[in-house]
Amino acid sequence: MTGTLRGAARGRGNDGRANPPDPADGGAGDRSGRTVAAVLLGLLAAVAVAFALAVALGSVTIPPAETVRSLLGAGDPRLGVLVRDVRVPRAAAAALVGAGLGAAGLLTQTLFRNPLAEPYVLGVSAGAGLGVALYVTAGTGAVAAFATGGLGAAQGGVSRLGSVGAAALGAAILLGLVLLLSRWTRSTVTLLVVGVMVGSVVTSVVSLLLVWTDPRTAQQYLVWGLGSVDGVALADLPVLGGIVVAGLLGVALLAKPLDALLLGDDYAATMGVDVARVRGGVLVVAAVLAGTVTAFCGPVGFLGIAVPHLARLAVGTSRHRVLVPATVLTGALVGLGCAIVGHPPGTGTVLPLNVVTSLVGAPVVIVVLLRSRRLAAGSVG
Amino acid sequence: MSGLGRMSGGPGARRPGPGGLVLDGLTVGHRRGRRTRPVLEGLCAHAARGELTVLIGPNGSGKSTLLRTLAGLLPPLRGAALLDGDDLLGLAAPERARRVGVVLTDRPDGGLLTGRDVVALGRYPHTGATGALRPQDHACVDEAIDAVGAGGLAERRLQELSDGERQRLLVARALAQRPSLLLLDEPSAFLDVSARVALLGVLRRLSREQDLCVLISTHDLELALRLADTAWLLDGDGAFDTGSPAELAGSGAIGRAFDTEELAFDPDAGVFRLRDAGDGAAPPDRVPEITRSAVVDADAAPPGHR
Repeated sequence: MTGTLRGAARGRGNDGRANPPDPADGGAGDRSGRTVAAVLLGLLAAVAVAFALAVALGSVTIPPAETVRSLLGAGDPRLGVLVRDVRVPRAAAAALVGAGLGAAGLLTQTLFRNPLAEPYVLGVSAGAGLGVALYVTAGTGAVAAFATGGLGAAQGGVSRLGSVGAAALGAAILLGLVLLLSRWTRSTVTLLVVGVMVGSVVTSVVSLLLVWTDPRTAQQYLVWGLGSVDGVALADLPVLGGIVVAGLLGVALLAKPLDALLLGDDYAATMGVDVARVRGGVLVVAAVLAGTVTAFCGPVGFLGIAVPHLARLAVGTSRHRVLVPATVLTGALVGLGCAIVGHPPGTGTVLPLNVVTSLVGAPVVIVVLLRSRRLAAGSVG
Repeated sequence: MSGLGRMSGGPGARRPGPGGLVLDGLTVGHRRGRRTRPVLEGLCAHAARGELTVLIGPNGSGKSTLLRTLAGLLPPLRGAALLDGDDLLGLAAPERARRVGVVLTDRPDGGLLTGRDVVALGRYPHTGATGALRPQDHACVDEAIDAVGAGGLAERRLQELSDGERQRLLVARALAQRPSLLLLDEPSAFLDVSARVALLGVLRRLSREQDLCVLISTHDLELALRLADTAWLLDGDGAFDTGSPAELAGSGAIGRAFDTEELAFDPDAGVFRLRDAGDGAAPPDRVPEITRSAVVDADAAPPGHR
């Protein structure tokens, strides 16, 4: 087949991926546009099902019919509170956490062209951790009042809003620091090392704070560090959801330059990409997504690394126009799955989120990656 | 025959001038804070459209520094470079990308991108904010893939391809930008002899077919001198000569730049020979003997994987 025939056979006006996959390809090539659309629709359906399951299942067994009645406001008022004020926000938060961390992970993996990069290499979780550590160790003291505008002092101890505010502030300060340092270096690799170094300095400061404080106070920090979607209230959702959705729109806007970055910073520059500006945009969007999620749910490990790899497996391409929506949907799906597993039905127990993501999720990803015939699955570009 | 060397004119002057690339007192080098370290100073030269121009010189003579400056990856220290009469170094990045295609020494992995995805990236400076390709963009991508004879590589992943195949797709990507100037830094560095001949043959043919100004840096001296219309010669001490390969060989400039204690350039044969003929034949690994016919074949029929 000549290139000309190939070109003429392609449907004009299509996305351009609509040409059927070459049978001689051995399945290693890109998937056609129709397959990609089917995969995305399948993911969307799976997210809807997982959301329904996350609302219907939980430590307390509620029959499906009762769950529907509670959602509609009829039925037992106590179960209504449980469904509407606990399970719906929990499920929504789990989806937002997965989607946000997955998208932020995709941004950092493409920017650094490193399959092990995740949003936390930018130091945001360390910054959030420092904020929370300062807050819990200072209790109702001056630092907490400053960090949260006095909101956190309400309950005399450590309040939820206080730790959210402290974490957000800490993440924002670290983001500012990394952005400042990024202006001094043209090298993306240097920036990666700087981010990791800044993170480890901040983490050691946190350790010092915890060593010097009352163990019971330190315990509060440790609980925050386990990560949880249980604390997210209905009233938190507009803030968490609004920022995450805005961040995801930012990721979508970056899809075009991210494709060019797959060939490296220099190639991207010769194709007309303003590399410094794109890098700044990527850093801000990734850090805002990861920082917001961390502020509400603690530092959730593993999702930022794993979700983009699972999404690449699902759609078989690195083109961000496809990969960004696939990552968002895969992230929401994985987040919901972790929330369901973390609240085993009928047991009355709750597993910490980080335990679920790492203990259950990591082996799943290893098996999926190893079983797949796509040797290139782990690559980023 | 153009490209005979030193042109004069006010720096940065915009004028109708000759088509192609004109260096006008260009000084390139590195800048660190306020200190500058010039590598090449006051370069004046012309590379015409429709011609293959080779940039040759020993290691460390500044070939990459010059090419990276022209590609906009390194700020110039002084002087100007004009492309079809416009100030090349002052162009905004998107406009420069529409007029200059670049192939670098990087060997990008490309993630899960297919050959066609990579070539389509060349449409970057022509598409809108979403990067969606219009029918004319698809046509342009097809044309670029055909031009380098890479039709069979389009649906395969970049990372599965050999260096030669990858290099051809990266050239196609640069062509898809629809430039008037094509800059290639050591495009044949990782290729075996037949792939080198094929690639340089493709570049020579493209310069004619698409009226491109093609400027490549290369270590492949003998092959370059056979295929090039014009050579820019850097001798490593800051001296810069331009002219046709025959002129440069005849004037002894190539010998001055490259001769070592053991090897001397033979301008008549266009190859290096051992100075001490009694030692036997020239070592074959230093002197790839490429016959005329091989070059002509590559020129006439670009190899493709069909």
